[in-house]
Amino acid sequence: MTGTWHLFRLALRRDRIVLPLWTILLGLFPGLVASSFASLYPDPAELAKFAASMSNPSLTAVYGPIWAPNLGGMTAWRSSIILLIVALATAFTVIRHTRAEEEQGRRELLGSTVVGRQAGLAAALLIALLASTIVGGLTALGTAAAGAGGTGSVALGLQYFLACLLFGAIAAVVAQLTQGARTARWISGAVLIGSFLLRMLGDAGGDLNSPLSWISPIGFLQRIRPFAAERWWVAGVVVLVVALLAAVAYRLNAVRDLDAGLIASRPGPARASRALLSPLGLAWRLQRSTLFGWLIGYAVLGVFLGSATDAAVDAVKDSPDLGDVIGRLGGGASIADMVIAAGLAIMGIGAAGQGVQAALRARSEESALRAEPVLAAAVGRTRWVGGHLLFAFFGPALGLLVAGLFLGIGYGSASGEGGGAIGRVTGAAAVQVPAVWFTVAIVVLLFGLLPRLTSLGWAVLAFFLLLGQLGAILQLSQWALDLSPFSHLPALPGGDLTVTPLVWLVALAAALTAAGLAGFRRRDLASGG
Amino acid sequence: MENVISVNGLVKSFGRTRALDGLDLEVRRGEVHGFLGPNGAGKSTAIRVLLGLLKADGGTTTLFGGDPWRDAVSLHRRLAYVPGDVTLWPNLTGGEVIDLLGRLRGGLDTKRRDELVERFELDPRKKGRTYSKGNRQKVALIAALASDAELLVLDEPTSGLDPLMESVFQSCINDERGAGRTVLLSSHILAEAEALCDRVSIIRAGRTVESGTLAQLRHLTRTSIHAELAGEPNGIGALPGVHDLVVEGERVRFQVDNAELDTVLRALSTVGVRGLTSQPPTLEELFLRHYQKEEGPA
Ligand SMILES: Nc1ncnc2c1ncn2[C@@H]1O[C@H](COP(=O)(O)OP(=O)(O)OP(=O)(O)O)[C@@H](O)[C@H]1O
Ligand SMILES: [Mg+2]
Repeated sequence: MTGTWHLFRLALRRDRIVLPLWTILLGLFPGLVASSFASLYPDPAELAKFAASMSNPSLTAVYGPIWAPNLGGMTAWRSSIILLIVALATAFTVIRHTRAEEEQGRRELLGSTVVGRQAGLAAALLIALLASTIVGGLTALGTAAAGAGGTGSVALGLQYFLACLLFGAIAAVVAQLTQGARTARWISGAVLIGSFLLRMLGDAGGDLNSPLSWISPIGFLQRIRPFAAERWWVAGVVVLVVALLAAVAYRLNAVRDLDAGLIASRPGPARASRALLSPLGLAWRLQRSTLFGWLIGYAVLGVFLGSATDAAVDAVKDSPDLGDVIGRLGGGASIADMVIAAGLAIMGIGAAGQGVQAALRARSEESALRAEPVLAAAVGRTRWVGGHLLFAFFGPALGLLVAGLFLGIGYGSASGEGGGAIGRVTGAAAVQVPAVWFTVAIVVLLFGLLPRLTSLGWAVLAFFLLLGQLGAILQLSQWALDLSPFSHLPALPGGDLTVTPLVWLVALAAALTAAGLAGFRRRDLASGG
Repeated sequence: MENVISVNGLVKSFGRTRALDGLDLEVRRGEVHGFLGPNGAGKSTAIRVLLGLLKADGGTTTLFGGDPWRDAVSLHRRLAYVPGDVTLWPNLTGGEVIDLLGRLRGGLDTKRRDELVERFELDPRKKGRTYSKGNRQKVALIAALASDAELLVLDEPTSGLDPLMESVFQSCINDERGAGRTVLLSSHILAEAEALCDRVSIIRAGRTVESGTLAQLRHLTRTSIHAELAGEPNGIGALPGVHDLVVEGERVRFQVDNAELDTVLRALSTVGVRGLTSQPPTLEELFLRHYQKEEGPA
């Protein structure tokens, strides 16, 4: 492992902006949520009442159980979405410094110097440890500072710390198995989503000790129960699992060849099929597995949310008090409609992520110098980038239709509303499309005019997500909330369909895209110099 | 003869780096033109400007009489390009990439493609990410050579090939010349340029320092002479073109510009020559003279 320290410093240098940015911003969030709760509900009794109104199966399915109806407990509950984001970010960081390095041949360069073969992996895990410590530490300090109680804050910080570390270690193992960084990211992401869905299924039943939740890594971590009688042994188990995963990653790294994965690649066709032989065919080939992955995700999540919605409605029926509260919140919309609209809003952000990912593919093709041979053939710039943008714009649109369709089927069959639900819900899902397009168009604009900053598209999306998810809790003013295109969408189903903002968003998206394309036609192609 | 490529005073900067600083280049129809220069001289940058991938900051560039930036798509139908840094799509096989690139530039002779796959001993069924550097280069080379392009633009196409494949490559280029195609070949390898090129341009720091046929360039180099004379070598040092003269009694050692070789030999023979050895000029020397910054162009 000679050279670990050297590689660690190198990795830190490469990440000197990104790493502090996400660890600090996300680490501060739980603290911010806690102080908002503290100022919204200065009276613990009020907060307990609010907590009671929030403990229904559908919200429990989304955020996990409320372990304690106090400031800390509500904070832990409401910011659980951040837990997922930091876990994913750490996983991607580890992949970035292991598999991606190798794929780009940088490791080969270093490998020929005096660097041990385990040094790269060790350095990546050190970076993960550092990120976990920052996130966990800030979480603990932030919530404690907001007055949530010391012990619980430490437990919450520990939960964040371990979530990062656990998914970092999972990614380290996955990175040894696959041959491409892209596949490694996909598998790690799938593990995270899978563990989220497991926990969702487990918690939605109302049984807080459901085995489904216990076997889900995320569910397991949440069972540390910060701010309610903490279970420290859970943390101990996670530490053991992390150590085990790290050992497995080391072992795999020792036995495989550089650049090879354990999942070997098979020989393919010696000839190209006709379908491949155009820029669009190439884009299809590069984007299709990602697209299918998203579509399956939408369908599963749709059916699941549809049936969970019905369960939530039943739960509220048994509690007239709760029905009252929610009825007032929704201004006349039925409870089912409100839950579906909230689910669709989250799917809308997911669809925007899909679009951003597809659009960024054009940039990564360019930076990897794979656009060059295509553009040096008889292919114009617009035609080349158009192939990818087709997936960036219409992929998410298709995805949202699939999401709406399956949500409608799931809800329609569970509630007995039947086919009528399908049209209503699919239409409501389609309403998300203009906001998704606007987000993607920002990426296209960056790609055309400031190509080096194209990946800021993710930051833009994260900003929209945080505004939508936490803006109201953080009591941001309306103009700040309005920065997100998603805040302009009519609340459907249940609300009124207002067409004007949709038209505006589509028009703006078209203008930004046109500007981005014009910029791309005028600029130098990346030449890697 | 008509020029396929003509570049005049081409300037291209990346921020503060001036990659091309008044580059001139003329490639005539039907010739194999060597484009030589040290690392970072600007060869790849010049090629990218010619392909319309980078926009020139100054100077004029014409390709088949057209503007490489404005008419990129139609000009690209007439040429095939092998990048210096061949990166393939990790999930596409070599065979798929060959067909794809061939098709995108307008068509591919499938019989020739199969022949070339055979000649270069490429396994076209392997996935892009599993090829070695040399094999990636073969993929791009086969795609270019199997096309019916009038012009081949090859950026250091042999830097990853083993000696066996290098000779296959050389015979392919000779075939291309026979078929009347034009080739622009950037290279570091002198032996390759000497074996293949009709004319060469040498560039350094973004500027053309020498251009011409190999014979012309040889002419610019010096022959070194060791001679044993019959008498005192009077006045030889004063002759034009004589450098680094060392006299030890009746023995002399010196270098002479090839242009003056004849005059100097006459002068020697008037004194009387008992013995003489000469070392012929190599391009290597010329190269080194231009490559070494401190000496500058002759
Ligand atoms: N995209 C870029 N951004 C900044 N500088 C660049 C870029 N591309 C090239 N350069 C610089 O321009 C100069 C010329 O580079 P170029 O790649 O054209 O050289 P080259 O002759 O092809 O060298 P080599 O023989 O190493 O391939 C170098 O100094 C290089 O660092
Ligand atoms: Mg080069």
